[in-house]
Amino acid sequence: MNCTCEENREKYFAPLKEILKQYEGTQKDLIPVLQNSQEEYGYLPAEVLAEIAAGLNLPFSRVYGVVTFYSQFHLEPRGENIIRICMGTACHVRGGTKILEKFKKELDIEANETTEDLKFTMESVACIGACGLAPVIMVNDNTHGRLVPDDVPEIITQYA
Amino acid sequence: MSEITLTIEGQQVTVESGTTILEAARKLGIEIPTLCYHPDLTEYGSCRVCDVEDLESGNLLASCVSLAEEGMKLKVNSARARQARRMNVELLLASHPNECLTCDRNGSCELQDIAHNLGISEIDLPIEPKNHPAIKIGPSLKQEPSKCILCGRCVRLCEEIQGVSALDFTNRGFNSVVTTAFNLPKKDINCANCGQCATVCPTGAITEIREIDQVWKALEDDSKHVVVQTAPSIEATLGEEFGLTPGSVVTDKLVASLRKLGFDKVFSTDFAADLTIMEEGNELLNRFQTGRKLPQLTSCCPGWVKFCEHNYPELLPNLSTAKSPQQMFSALAKTYYAEKTGIDPQDIYTVAIMPCTAKKFEKDRAEMNDSGYKDTDAVLTTRELARMIKEVGICFSSLEAENEEFDELMGTHSGASVIFGTTGGVMEAALRTVYEVLTKDELKELEFEEVRGIEGAKEAEIEINERTIKVAATHGLANAAQLIDKIQAGEAEYHFIEVMACPTGCVGGGGQPLPTNTEIKLKRAQGLYSIDQSDEIRKSHENPQVQKLYDEFLVKPLSGEAHRLLHTNYEQRNEYDAVADKKAK
Repeated sequence: MNCTCEENREKYFAPLKEILKQYEGTQKDLIPVLQNSQEEYGYLPAEVLAEIAAGLNLPFSRVYGVVTFYSQFHLEPRGENIIRICMGTACHVRGGTKILEKFKKELDIEANETTEDLKFTMESVACIGACGLAPVIMVNDNTHGRLVPDDVPEIITQYA
Repeated sequence: MSEITLTIEGQQVTVESGTTILEAARKLGIEIPTLCYHPDLTEYGSCRVCDVEDLESGNLLASCVSLAEEGMKLKVNSARARQARRMNVELLLASHPNECLTCDRNGSCELQDIAHNLGISEIDLPIEPKNHPAIKIGPSLKQEPSKCILCGRCVRLCEEIQGVSALDFTNRGFNSVVTTAFNLPKKDINCANCGQCATVCPTGAITEIREIDQVWKALEDDSKHVVVQTAPSIEATLGEEFGLTPGSVVTDKLVASLRKLGFDKVFSTDFAADLTIMEEGNELLNRFQTGRKLPQLTSCCPGWVKFCEHNYPELLPNLSTAKSPQQMFSALAKTYYAEKTGIDPQDIYTVAIMPCTAKKFEKDRAEMNDSGYKDTDAVLTTRELARMIKEVGICFSSLEAENEEFDELMGTHSGASVIFGTTGGVMEAALRTVYEVLTKDELKELEFEEVRGIEGAKEAEIEINERTIKVAATHGLANAAQLIDKIQAGEAEYHFIEVMACPTGCVGGGGQPLPTNTEIKLKRAQGLYSIDQSDEIRKSHENPQVQKLYDEFLVKPLSGEAHRLLHTNYEQRNEYDAVADKKAK
């Protein structure tokens, strides 16, 4: 959050206030509150976590501990598009690594990083359950299968 | 409560239901090793080093969390139990850095002791030491997560005893570490810097930040005039570092050792504690007379002060403006002492020997430079002083030091100042002085037993000039918070409250000798009470050097000069400001 004035601050936190309201400030609801907040903000910024800790009357360290425990939660901004590259057994055998390498080169980021323009976040994941399409990737909710490295630039253009 | 009988190692034992197997075994004198277990904390059962075998079911049970059951037959030393314990320790060692020789806790490490006791000479596992970066942002405590065995004692202590929860487990699996949220520096978050986490850590994962090197440098610098003050509790705790029993009074050996180390003047924080009573006591009288906010809260514990600044900003006007004895002393060392001796205050280097890690934070507070210089230059814990004494080969326990006394001017103490080092002591000292100053009568019974002991909150009443003064003393920050919440809910009312961040007060401080537990801390307190008992002067206002200081320098308590040098102010601290600061960077 780069705002400095109180009005911007209020605006920024308004959706979070709504989320917290639904959960009546009880500690057991930490995980759904985190999930909804991530949905709203795209990731979990430190200041949002601080508000959640205060709102649920939980130690800040506890909230941070829970967020870092689950891989579903993200502390850094995420790209508009999430590319999941399958590294399961079938994809591995059929050249998944080459697909990953091509994406790394084209996007100029490592696995589990986000491009500077916040367009893409790339993750290497275990089996996504579409072995018949190996090597396979998902971009957001779309599946792209039976890939060769040369298909990669076109996929990126589709979403850029 | 019903009783149950069980058999451990072939011996029958009868215990109350609800007793753990570990406690039942200890009743029989059978020692089972433990790591994550700590008598002052809730049981956790993560390390499995206390496994015993249940002969009926064949199961291995973690004895610290398993309750004794009627008719149980247990083996502590069956081959299976021994192998399991050994394997669990080997697994810890396989991921533990092999740095024992250079570790702060070499010689006082529980993991080292257990490995030794179990006779582990070889580890038949792939060795893969953890490799997490050390967190050295001071000024009080550093963390070396690679040495952490994830027993969670620090996490539980910070939550259960201190009510702070600055630390928690972060990440998962092999990457698990104990950290603050976002690894924020402890000085910037709600951490009180009390160092209690360091006192329960079984390994060297949390320790104080050492200032020994800069003190050596000052001692070796001929242009520096190095003045040392020692806190009251050190007199009854330093001996433990040299094998003496807890509570042994070693004042003369302490003074002699400091002289041998080369300090130019050896003074006592007790002197400043008497001064604190004069200022704080008069402030209380002033609050009565002018109708300023009550209850007055003590301010000599920097851990408590920071806790208050974070959690109870509305109480800052209630906090006594009197500085802690450490900071009063240092401000005077670079003004009063400098003037009396004609030494340029620029050349004076002030060292404080403290039972405390929060004192390191306190010395660095931006406002602590009323002498015109940084008032306190270095703070060493009891443990750090012991290291220096060992380093130069002083044979402490057999040191001939009879009649060694603190230096004149800022060295005398009253019995009242000595008991500052334990919970209730500040209150007792204050009552002795306030009573006599107000009534002009001699106080017959000097001991206020009501404020002594380990109860979380203690209270007493005293009649002064037909007015009943109600006081309370609390220790451990969770206890303090409970007491304050009670007051704020209108369920209790006091005029004066003493708060100490550490359980049992400074004798249980974060910088005191290790290992420690409540039993040891109470023995240390007894040591302090015995000094008070045998002192000729037992009231702060009768300390002749304090009287001289007022006569020749400060004029009277709460004078302009006293305010300038001996009083301070506080600021509201918001834990989450650190988040915004981090962002701005």
